[in-house]
Amino acid sequence: MSKAIAIPGEHIKITTDPWTEKFWESVKAEKLTAAQCGACGHFRMPPSPYCPKCRSQDTRWPELPGTGTVYSYVVCHRAPFPGIPDFDYIPVVVDLDGAPGARIVSNLFDIDPEEVKIGMKVKVAFTPIQGGWKLPNWTPA
Amino acid sequence: MVWAHQDKCAIVGVGATKYYVRGQSWPRTINEMIGEAVMKACDDAGLKVEQLDGFAYYSSASAGYGEKMDTATLMEMLGIPEVGFSAAITSGGGGSAGSMGLATAALMNEDTKYCVTIMALQQYHKRLGLAYSLSEPTPESSFLQPSGLVGPGHLMSVLFRRHMHLYGTSREALGEIVISQRENAIPRETSVRRNPLTLEEYFQAPMLADPLCRLDFCLETDGAVAVITTTSDRAKDLKQKPVYIHGAAHGGKAEWGRAFAWMGMPTDEAFASSGHKAIGDRLWNLAGVGPQDMDVALLYDHFSCMVLMQLEDYGFCKKGEGGPFVQSGAVRYKGGSIPVNTHGGQLSEGYIIGMTHLREAVEQLRGVAVNQVKDAELALVTGGPAHLPVSGCVLRR
Repeated sequence: MSKAIAIPGEHIKITTDPWTEKFWESVKAEKLTAAQCGACGHFRMPPSPYCPKCRSQDTRWPELPGTGTVYSYVVCHRAPFPGIPDFDYIPVVVDLDGAPGARIVSNLFDIDPEEVKIGMKVKVAFTPIQGGWKLPNWTPA
Repeated sequence: MVWAHQDKCAIVGVGATKYYVRGQSWPRTINEMIGEAVMKACDDAGLKVEQLDGFAYYSSASAGYGEKMDTATLMEMLGIPEVGFSAAITSGGGGSAGSMGLATAALMNEDTKYCVTIMALQQYHKRLGLAYSLSEPTPESSFLQPSGLVGPGHLMSVLFRRHMHLYGTSREALGEIVISQRENAIPRETSVRRNPLTLEEYFQAPMLADPLCRLDFCLETDGAVAVITTTSDRAKDLKQKPVYIHGAAHGGKAEWGRAFAWMGMPTDEAFASSGHKAIGDRLWNLAGVGPQDMDVALLYDHFSCMVLMQLEDYGFCKKGEGGPFVQSGAVRYKGGSIPVNTHGGQLSEGYIIGMTHLREAVEQLRGVAVNQVKDAELALVTGGPAHLPVSGCVLRR
């Protein structure tokens, strides 16, 4: 089987709000981060206006190591949108190193789908997407 | 403590259109189908349409994912003179079974005497299965949509993959659920899929989101179903034998939360689940009965894996043992210890966002089901595993 690719970035669009924008700005600068409560240290993703543990709005954006562990995944063989040719891609849920409890859902690529295992280590790969933003995707570590 | 309103209200009428393959209900309009279902439900109950005075919706009163059900429009269309209750359980199909609790609340509060719950779906303009991939991103969905998890089946596949990893659950188990429900659908004239299915054919179906194949995804159908509820006192004077609302619960825990629209569930038990554990615990407590007392279970089956995980969450088997449980034949209509989705479910009969399960429960408890469970007295009905609220109810003959 051929290696899975990431969904081409020109098909991917995101939008932000005042609480998620810092995450996307940081990723755009190729620094992986996650929202961390400035008061109690609890991580939350996606970023939201209050810490669900202590209700503080004080938020930190630490630079993370950019590695993680595959928590779960799916293998898809069909194009996710109408009008483009089919290809293999792997939506993946990654537990982020350095941010306990925080996960990112994106693509794992440059790997044969049959070789993907839950628990495997992955490293971040920033993929340019629409609007000048980037998406934190993953490749095998 | 058993629920204060136990058996105080009952389902007295059910009506439905035929179930159409996606898009084929056109040129009938969605309100036209709603009208047919409501009028048939009134006929079934022995009520005049004019007597309806309450609307207890779920799915935020949406019809599918785009069109809205509007009480004033339905009053105008059907000549309903006055309404005393019009409310919905929020979110999506998770609230289908819980709508019986909302109706009970309305009836016990004396806001309404004859209350109707409706769902209608028409996928002529927009396909439900593509709803996510075609929608504009929101700040929240921007953390999910770029992954190419384009629909609910893709999202739930992620949860089931984790279940396979944790407990060794196999795709054969899902195949057994799909085949068992197909067998139930075959003798039913209402069913969209009536051809027999083998495990070999199941494994030949195209993978849409590995580990889920096309046959693990429910049908995309059009149609409408209406269910009428009233107090048990009033029910005695109507045409049908009442089906009592023995317990109903909706809600759920934050650890499930937005579920597969979030993927942040903090424990394996919550992640590889249907999100119904909290509802199951509460429902059994409210109803004063348990899974061992159920004669039939109508479990929301938008995706086969969610039948398996609901069996665990409602305690029909232990957590993690859903695979071996179904593979033992336990959910079969013929010979199973707990017949599941005796109508064929959304996988094989028709998909009207949970309402076909209520309809089948009523038929079972009236003793008129096509695949009748002998002397069925208690039925579990559940709403869709999805972001909160989710729901369940126990109905009694």
